[in-house]
Amino acid sequence: MTSDEARALYERLKSEAEGAGYFLNPDVDFVLDLMAGLLTNEERYGYQACPCRLAEGVREKDLDIICPCDYRDPDLDEYGACYCALYVSEEIALGQKEVEPVPERRGTEPEPVGEEQEEPLVGFTRSGMPVWRCKVCGYLCARPQPPLKCPICKVDRDRFERFAWP
Amino acid sequence: MARSFPVGRVDLSKEVVKLRKVKLYALSTCGWCRKTKRFLDANNVDYEYEYVDLLTGNDKVRALAEVEQYNPRKSFPTVVVQNGDTHVVIGYKESRLREVLGL
Ligand code: SF4
Repeated sequence: MTSDEARALYERLKSEAEGAGYFLNPDVDFVLDLMAGLLTNEERYGYQACPCRLAEGVREKDLDIICPCDYRDPDLDEYGACYCALYVSEEIALGQKEVEPVPERRGTEPEPVGEEQEEPLVGFTRSGMPVWRCKVCGYLCARPQPPLKCPICKVDRDRFERFAWP
Repeated sequence: MARSFPVGRVDLSKEVVKLRKVKLYALSTCGWCRKTKRFLDANNVDYEYEYVDLLTGNDKVRALAEVEQYNPRKSFPTVVVQNGDTHVVIGYKESRLREVLGL
């Protein structure tokens, strides 16, 4: 793996992130090292396992830590950065805040989703995940919280509402 | 009469540093591990390190068991400082490292 490949991956992830309302860490050297880590893991395991976690090397066991991992968005919510600090909040991307160490979320119990629901499964997936609707463009998603930015029209989280029948 | 022995001035803090054991458990691919290693190097800390992702077979099992003993979640970097007491620093926490290393 060469530094050109790391650079190319960086350019691709950066434009994908920006296109979907996410931000990469503004420390480019730090990010290039992470790109090298992702590419190393791709060579080693056949998929881009998280560079800051020890992968098993068996895809089914590592599914939750293939980058972007299952923990990115809850960690962005709570700490303003993913575990590796590859993805960061807008504030950190703009240099208005420093990155703080993020504790490992993997293996911890997820926060219970929403309130105990007496109502029938309306506005929830069958697994109990709430459904959110972007009031601007109508984008629907099912996750514990709406995304920080709408990946389609890029408006902020507070433009989302819970999706339910009237 | 108490006999007195000539004792040279010994800087005890330096002696303690010599006896101290510092070990970094890291992943070769991880950005925070790299930062931790750079920090230890920049501060001339005498330490051992292992890239657990590069180990195989028994070495890997042994290293992971060691990490688990200090950090049940087995995350990286894990720094273990032994100087009579055992201090464990999980993740790249510069101020914690300064504190336990007396920097
Ligand atoms: S912590 Fe960040 S870099 Fe690591 S897999 Fe998750 S999103 Fe990717």
